[in-house]
Amino acid sequence: MTNAVMSALIGAIGGLAILSYVIAATFSSRRYAKWPFYRKFFWAMGILCACFSVTGPLAEQAHMNFTAHMWAHLLLGMLAPLLMALAAPVTLVLRTLRVHQARRLTRVLRSHIVGVFTHPIVASLLNIGGLWVLYTTELYHYMQENMLAHVLVHLHVFIAGYLFTISFLYIDPTPHRYSYLYRAIIFIFALAGHGILSKFIYAHPPDGVPVDEAQSASKLMYYGGDAIDLVIIVLMCLHWYQSTRPQLAHYDGKDAAILKHQSSSFTSMSSGKGSLK
Amino acid sequence: MTDRQHNATHTYASRNVWTGFLFGVGFVAFIDEMVFHQLLHWHHFYDQSTTDVGLISDGFFHAFSWFATVGAFFLFADLRRRRAFWPLKTLGGTLLGAGAFQLYDGLIQHKVMRLHQIRYVPDVLPYDLVWNISAAVMIMAGLLLIKRTRVRHD
Repeated sequence: MTNAVMSALIGAIGGLAILSYVIAATFSSRRYAKWPFYRKFFWAMGILCACFSVTGPLAEQAHMNFTAHMWAHLLLGMLAPLLMALAAPVTLVLRTLRVHQARRLTRVLRSHIVGVFTHPIVASLLNIGGLWVLYTTELYHYMQENMLAHVLVHLHVFIAGYLFTISFLYIDPTPHRYSYLYRAIIFIFALAGHGILSKFIYAHPPDGVPVDEAQSASKLMYYGGDAIDLVIIVLMCLHWYQSTRPQLAHYDGKDAAILKHQSSSFTSMSSGKGSLK
Repeated sequence: MTDRQHNATHTYASRNVWTGFLFGVGFVAFIDEMVFHQLLHWHHFYDQSTTDVGLISDGFFHAFSWFATVGAFFLFADLRRRRAFWPLKTLGGTLLGAGAFQLYDGLIQHKVMRLHQIRYVPDVLPYDLVWNISAAVMIMAGLLLIKRTRVRHD
């Protein structure tokens, strides 16, 4: 497959993803509360990040330059999944489907297999473990020469990144839930695994990667990962903070009224119609 | 201080210490990264003599302190909304956390695991002394403050 065909295909998939999201948001806003603009914005930005990491000038560079490759992976495996998770796509789909279809989808979400793949430990192993395999074995070198391996590795990076994000941040309905403390501890292990791999690459570049490229890519992976994970940490802590709100009785009338308003708008924002109890 | 506030600060006394402790760890890690790595360039991102266990230790402490910094701010906000914030108690925890992390970094990570040195100069001893003694002072001051603010059940 030539590059032009590949680009056109990726562009078409990305365009379709944005278009169908906007149409679903518009239609479901007629029946339910207005779908927030910022979610549409996050979705579009997330799709664009994912597309530009696999096609266009950055992706071209990534074939020859390891630092560019790291930029692409930061976009594809971390930023795009985070932005897309914040767009709450499952909530939107549940709002858009007919009731009996939505029920079928929630059955799938509750299934054992979905529980396994969205378990924080499993998702972390798929995500961070996958990166260890990619950068410490022959896989990175092999991927540059084999088209199929190239596509599969990028698909894995994206999907594992998305599973990782939603296993820690409950934006969409999440039937398989874990406590904040549990998720915080697993997250620290995952973040450590990411940081250690970054520094490992500094000293042990993958096959065929020049030392100076490996060093700048290593720093990019270390600090770039920190920056995006910071957003996940802040949102996790914010959700914890909101969920442990003290009883309203402790407050005087004014505080209580404000809090009540905030909490109801938060619930409608985060779970929408598809809240699974 | 009203009775209700007084009760709240005592109920959440240990949370004040924890909030401070996490903030202290995060604060020292932040100063370490900002001042010593980025501004002064005294610390190096990677030192060839780093042991494997040093790399792992650094990864975990970096991840933990990153989380601790953010968590401490939210715990602080939580104490405020519960009207349970006890400044001296939190300060004690902060000094303890800051000192403990700095001492671990200075003795174990710099010296035993050879992560990197404080500064790459012929005689690093004065730097090590200032670093570790100031850490010990912070630990002692923190412990003293926590002891001084102990809740008496009478």
